[in-house]
Formats: sequence, C-alpha cells, structure tokens
Amino acid sequence: MGRIVLEQVSKSFGDTEVIPPLDLAIEDGEFAVFVGPSGCGKSTLLRLIAGLEDTSGGRILIDGEDATAVPPAKRGLAMVFQSYALYPHMTVRKNIAFPMRMAGIDRAEQDRRIEKAAAALNLTDYLHRRPGQLSGGQRQRVAIGRAIVREPAAFLFDEPLSNLDAALRVGMRLEISELHKRLDTTMIYVTHDQVEAMTMADKIVVLRAGVIEQVGSPLELYKTPRNTFVAGFIGSPKMNLIEGPEAQRHGAHTIGIRPEHIAVSAEGGPWSGVVGVSEHLGSDTFFHIHDTGLGDMITVRADGEVGFRHGDRVSLTPRMDVLHKFDANGLRIA
Amino acid sequence: MATQHSRSAARAMMAPAVVLLLGWMLIPLGMTLYFSFKKYLPLRGGDLGWVGFENYERFVSSSAFWPSVQATLIIVGGVLAITVTLGILFALLLDQPMWGQGVVRILVIAPFFVMPTVSALVWKNMFMDPNNGLFAHLWRFFGADPVVWLTEAPLFSIVLIVSWQWLPFATLILLTAIQSLDGEQLEAAEMDGAPTIKRFWYIILPHLSRAITIVILIQTIFLLSIFAEIFVTTGGAFGTKTLTYLIYQRVLESQNVGLGSAGGVYAIILANIVAIFLMRIVGKNLDA
Ligand SMILES: Nc1ncnc2c1ncn2[C@@H]1O[C@H](COP(=O)(O)OP(=O)(O)OP(=O)(O)O)[C@@H](O)[C@H]1O
Ligand SMILES: [Mg+2]
Repeated sequence: MGRIVLEQVSKSFGDTEVIPPLDLAIEDGEFAVFVGPSGCGKSTLLRLIAGLEDTSGGRILIDGEDATAVPPAKRGLAMVFQSYALYPHMTVRKNIAFPMRMAGIDRAEQDRRIEKAAAALNLTDYLHRRPGQLSGGQRQRVAIGRAIVREPAAFLFDEPLSNLDAALRVGMRLEISELHKRLDTTMIYVTHDQVEAMTMADKIVVLRAGVIEQVGSPLELYKTPRNTFVAGFIGSPKMNLIEGPEAQRHGAHTIGIRPEHIAVSAEGGPWSGVVGVSEHLGSDTFFHIHDTGLGDMITVRADGEVGFRHGDRVSLTPRMDVLHKFDANGLRIA
Repeated sequence: MATQHSRSAARAMMAPAVVLLLGWMLIPLGMTLYFSFKKYLPLRGGDLGWVGFENYERFVSSSAFWPSVQATLIIVGGVLAITVTLGILFALLLDQPMWGQGVVRILVIAPFFVMPTVSALVWKNMFMDPNNGLFAHLWRFFGADPVVWLTEAPLFSIVLIVSWQWLPFATLILLTAIQSLDGEQLEAAEMDGAPTIKRFWYIILPHLSRAITIVILIQTIFLLSIFAEIFVTTGGAFGTKTLTYLIYQRVLESQNVGLGSAGGVYAIILANIVAIFLMRIVGKNLDA
C-alpha cells in the first residue's frame, strides 16, 4: 500500500511562493522521479510529502487518508537523505535498528529484519562498524537498510546518489531499481540526473519553479514533450530547438529535433554547417555544427567512426517523422 | 610540510615565549616545592631549616583537611551539575530561531566578563543580603521570613554565585556543539519515529558528550582554585573552607609558609590529574 495524492498542495517560505498549488497522484508500487533544474522545489515537494515541512495549502492523501496534519513518524514513509544522515555514534546495527526500537518492535523481530536487510544490502560484515568507518556506498546502503526495516508504505529519496562517484552511482542505481522490483513499494526519487530519471522511473515528474511541466513515462516525455522546457530538459545531449524561418516553413514557432535524429554526411542534406567541437565517446560522436543559418549551434550524433574534422563543411538530414513542433507559447502542436 | 628552514625559524621565534612561560611556571613551582620541605615561619623566627615530609603529614592530618576536601568537592560537583544541566538547556533554547537572538546571546554570555570579586559582592549585597537583598524582598512579598543566605545555606550560596559565573562558558561551548549537529540527522530521527525527548536523548546528547566532557574538565581545573567568591562572602566560615582557601589561611593567616606550600603541592597534583584527562580528550578531538 502506498498511494500518494497531492491536492492543490502549495508551499511558501514567508512571502516567496516556492510551490504554487499543484495536483499529483503517485500510484501504489510506482517508481516516481522528480526532476528539474536546481532550486525548482524538488526537495521541498518531497519534504512536504514526508511531513518535514508544513503545507501552506492543500491536502496530502496517503492511501486515501488525509495526512496533511499527521506528523512525519506517523505517515509510514521512510526517507533516505542526500547526506545519508546516519547516527555517527551508533553502530550500523544500531542505526538500522533505530526506527524499530522507536516503534517498540520486539528484539527477536528486530534481529530478524536486520539480518534480512543486511543480507540484501551486503552489509552483514559491517554491522558492528560505525558510519565513520564505512565508504560512501556502504553508508548509502546503511541508510537504505534503515529505511527498509520499517516496511514503509513508500520510500522517499532525495538525491541519494549525488555524493557517490560515477561507477558507484551506476551500481547503486541498479540496486535501488532492483530493490523496487523486489519490494514492489512506492518510491519517490528526487534527482537532477537525466540518466537516473530515464532509467529508473515508471513516471517522471518534470518541475520548473514549483510548477509541474509534465508527468509521464520516460518514453512519453522523450517522444512527446509537452513544451519546449521539457523538450530541452529530457534527453542528453539536449534537443536542438530552432526558431525563425525554418520553423515557420514547418508551420510552427519553434521546431525541435534531437541530436540522434539528425544524420550527418558530406553532402546531400537540406541543412549544412561547419563542424566545431566534436566529442568522441567511443560508441558515439557528438558534433557541434555552426553556421547553419538556423540560429544557434546544432548538436548532432553520429557513429563513433564518423571522422569529420574541425572546420569541415557537412550536410545534415533531420528525420522529419520525429520533428517536434511548438507554438509561440512553447506548447506542443499535436 | 614544513621545510628544514621554516622549522628552525619557527623555533627561534617561539623561543622567547617558551622561555618566558617556563620561567613563569617553573620558578613559583620550584619555590613552592622548596618551601614545602622547610619549616618557614616569617613572623616567628623565619627559616628554621629542613624538615623533610613533616609539612605534608601535618597538612593532611590537620582537623581542617578533610572538611576542606569535602567542601571543595561539594562546590565543584554542585557547580558542574548546575552549569552542565542549565548549559544544555540554554544552548537548546538559544539554538532556536527567535527574535533578538543576537542580543539575547550577548546577555547570556555577559556574566563571564564580570570579575569574580565583583560578581560575588553584587550577589552578596544586592541579592542575598537578609535585609535589603532582592531575595529578601521577594521572600517578604510572599510573606516568608528572609533567608540569611550566607550563614544558613553558605555552600549552596557559593555554588549559586559560581554557577552564575560559569554558566555562560558551559552554554557557549555547548551551543557551538549543538550548532554543529547535522539537521538532517534530527529529521531522519523524526522520520524514524523518535519524539522530541527521544531525539534529545538518542541524537543530541550523544552528539554533545564530548563537549560536555570538555566543559567538565576545564571547569574542574578552574573551580578547584576558586577563591575570591569565598573570600568576599563567608571568608571561609560556615564550612565553606575549600582546599585553596585552607592553603591561603595556612600561609597568610597562620604565617606558616612551609605548611601552605605542602598543601599547594597537593593541589598541583590534583589539578594535574584532571589536566591529563583533559589533554587526552582534547587531543583525541583534534585527531578525529
Ligand atoms: N527554508 C527555506 N526558506 C526559504 N526558502 C527556501 C527554504 N528552503 C528552500 N527554499 C527555496 O525554495 C526553492 C526550492 O528549494 P528546493 O530545495 O526544494 O530546490 P531543489 O529543487 O531541491 O534544488 P536542488 O536540485 O538544488 O536540490 C529554492 O528557491 C530555495 O531557495
Ligand atoms: Mg534538493
């Protein structure tokens, strides 16, 4: 169980409205990811759901019950913080046991759940250590362990992987996804990492300045972004957004085309330009093309082997079937 | 990494300070040790020669010794208990966001800047005076007989005065310790189902444990040698004679420098035992 519904929830700090009234429903067992630029209110929204901040208006329903005024401990949610927030003076075992101890669960049951969580998270050998004696990834797992043993209705993660190095991040990403598959519990996950959002989410919520720009599955957002903001935000590298005469030719104020949907060749395409920086990733190469007459620089993706050099004049062929069209307000045209 | 050159330069520059400090400490220490083995009565014959450990034996076997140890322990223990408990409470309060925080903090810290003699006199005359003191007025207002503080509850009065002086120190140290606590830890505990009292007990108090130890040790060293507060209030009467005060009486009132010096050596040993613990804990703190 863990269906979370926000009805007209808003939040202001003093006079500044950080989150204007918004509606959102997260279904039971869903993996929802909040993404958005820094300062858009992702953490605030998560903390509202957790109960660590009071709402300025609206209602929060957890499994159909109004939880707006319920204290955090009683909401049955578990949170994993970016800084892990482990208790430094307690051993790993005591850290994991803490929520159960507070709930007055008996000793034998505590031990059973600790052993189970430790086995699942590869922590069995570290139970007697203190957080200070663990690596970043291990601390992260302890924080997750502390959340699991409570058997919460939903997990809340606030950028849990941002303090880890790239390799560990990939590993932990998989572990959290796997955990979600196994527990089948609702998870809400805040990140500003594209890849985390795309790979982990059942549902992505794109926020800008406290406003929900679009809600949908990763592929929906990728294929049919509702406006230019989402179009530019989802996908890496960013979608090329082109205004002016070329857009008008397609009957739009702005057209968008993803780098992976433009073919680059020596000649023959409708657009052309000069190669600037090229980023070789081995499998792919990203070319920055200048002087196309389309406005800003255009990014295109090509195979790793394609060997254009700086200053070469190249020809570009966009795939018309995946061209995105937006009106003057930035909204998608059907 | 310091180079050879910078290290020898540093040594040369520190030398004067080190020599001065050593002289400052070693000469009085040497003289105390020297006199403690002598029978030295300035007004009754002066230096009467070496006496071995006789002064040490006489100091501990005098009838005033054990009561003075007891008084010392009560004052030190009482002040520690009050300052640490209230210090934690004040630190928790001062940590809350409130209007006029800066001013309140300065007010709380102010007593630390008042000289011990002055504060003891103020307490004695303005608060504890049985006729005109503030407490006397308060008692009378409620229809009670004013308490003659310094004779009826002399030890308690002194503990009160000294606590008032040292509370700011404890509060300040504990406040900085509380401020260094990661707020997310408290939020995590809140989510984990710990109510306010348990958050204090399981998260804040363990976080403060080191700061509390440091407060206790530093204060102990200073409290062992409080003098002015006793001198201007009870003058050592009514069972408020501490070890320090006893030494003072032996040297200046009985004019027995040798006996007083022996007491001084005991006090040095006691203070050093505390200091060793302090160094260890502070050292550990710096390592961590
Ligand atoms: N306690 C507070 N008082 C006033 N303003 C706040 C407070 N907390 C957050 N804000 C403001 O609310 C806005 C949203 O903050 P929030 O922490 O939710 O952003 P975020 O989306 O999590 O950003 P990031 O990706 O950088 O973590 C920011 O503009 C921030 O300045
Ligand atoms: Mg945030």
